[in-house]
Amino acid sequence: MTEGRAIPAFGSRANLEALDLASTEQNFRKTPLHALHVELGGKMVPFAGYEMPVQYPTGILKEHLHTRASAGLFDVSHMGQAFLSGDDPARALERVTPADAIGLREGMQRYGLLLNERGGIKDDFMFSRLAGERDLYLVVNAGTKESDFAYLEDKLRGAADVTPMPDRALLALQGPAAGAVLERHAPGIDALNFMNVIRTRVAGAPAIVSRSGYTGEDGFEISLAGADGDRVARALLAEPEVLPIGLGARDSLRLEAGLCLYGHDIDETTDPVEANLVWSIGKRRKLDKDFPAAEEIMSRVFHGSSRRRIGIRPEGKAPAREGTEIADKSGRIIGRVTSGGFGPSLNAPVAMGYVDSRFAADGTEIDLIVRGRPMPARVAPMPFVPHRYKRAQIRNER
Amino acid sequence: MSETRYTDQHEWVRIDGDEATVGITRYAADQLGDVVYVELPEPGRSLGQGGEAAVVESVKAASEVYAPIGGEVTAANAAIADDPAKVNADPEGEGWFFKLKIGDSAELAKLMSAGQYADFLKGL
Repeated sequence: MTEGRAIPAFGSRANLEALDLASTEQNFRKTPLHALHVELGGKMVPFAGYEMPVQYPTGILKEHLHTRASAGLFDVSHMGQAFLSGDDPARALERVTPADAIGLREGMQRYGLLLNERGGIKDDFMFSRLAGERDLYLVVNAGTKESDFAYLEDKLRGAADVTPMPDRALLALQGPAAGAVLERHAPGIDALNFMNVIRTRVAGAPAIVSRSGYTGEDGFEISLAGADGDRVARALLAEPEVLPIGLGARDSLRLEAGLCLYGHDIDETTDPVEANLVWSIGKRRKLDKDFPAAEEIMSRVFHGSSRRRIGIRPEGKAPAREGTEIADKSGRIIGRVTSGGFGPSLNAPVAMGYVDSRFAADGTEIDLIVRGRPMPARVAPMPFVPHRYKRAQIRNER
Repeated sequence: MSETRYTDQHEWVRIDGDEATVGITRYAADQLGDVVYVELPEPGRSLGQGGEAAVVESVKAASEVYAPIGGEVTAANAAIADDPAKVNADPEGEGWFFKLKIGDSAELAKLMSAGQYADFLKGL
């Protein structure tokens, strides 16, 4: 048998060579948790220039289900952390993102798109305004971090400076037990709501903690000095609710949650309208049209785009992987799958992709061309698994 | 008296007279991880040695299963189509994929013995 695509397993020469390189470890960076991954039996694979655990002996299926049922700890130290400093870093950041950065309140985090001059998506990222601090704290994708930081330096020159923090650790604790678990190591932390962010201590170590993540579950992302990463990770893993979770389950969790994977579901050839990410454009920004390619993007907001990112539920059991062609019922190709696989919580295959906008309505019957044969599927709303974020209670008192 | 042979693509084939039972090895199942889908050949289909016979997919990856030996498919294991986890639980037993009526038993000479396959795995 031979490996088809996706994660290196065995059989294919290219994949074995990639694994081989990883084990000779010359060309791959290691996160501060590398020794811990190896100790835990993590299956290490090359990812975005790092050697990362794709899974632990628990296996992707159980790691995924455990995260939804209890809590999982992810090493995401490969992601790009940085501070953006200057007189008004939020105003500067708005040169390259359509998100409302100026309006972000203290103690809050927000999702943004980094756009190129043509309105294509260079990256998606999180930015935070910490209480009492002028600098913005950024987290960008691992595979794009060097180019993002260079782009920010260039476009924001004279207005803001980027200070990357490549040596820091970043842990994600995700799942319904995450709040109770982290409360034991950071008393008071469970009072945070979704997208709140604070500086605090976790197991004694200075940390930036946000209540956010990439699984659709409640949870936290915890930024630490690299030297504290291993100790804090071990403290969290010692809690009975927590298992270490690899990149494989991280991918299946985010896919079920309908969240985009940069480089797959969005890239420089997609714009915010096609990608269904118009919600990330600030209200004021839509009126002021002062972001890259704003006229073109706002025109597509009102008049529609020719293609659209959609969720897909295959009717059979066969997963449709990235690259699978999507056809209408007459056999005409109308799009392509950009992420696809098996959703462990649904016990069924799920996918997302782009189709001609005329076929983007929920419930539309389509075919996925898997191994040359049409497999019936339907356009489906996302998220496939409901988000369970800890939202602020709505209060009546003023 | 049955005999089991192995391919360098990590399939096993157990020979009982003119019938062959085919599956993937423990090594293959472990490398793939949790199997979530299998696609099996229809009985009656004729397969050449090394031809694409089945598909096995884990959470992350899709892989082909090739026919270790040519012949006509006589049975497919519906139990693993219903419960793909059986492939991980018992890949060289209950997790078999399909059975063949052997076309030319001379083709078996190209396959590895259990000892040769064990040595082959050590070299990977």
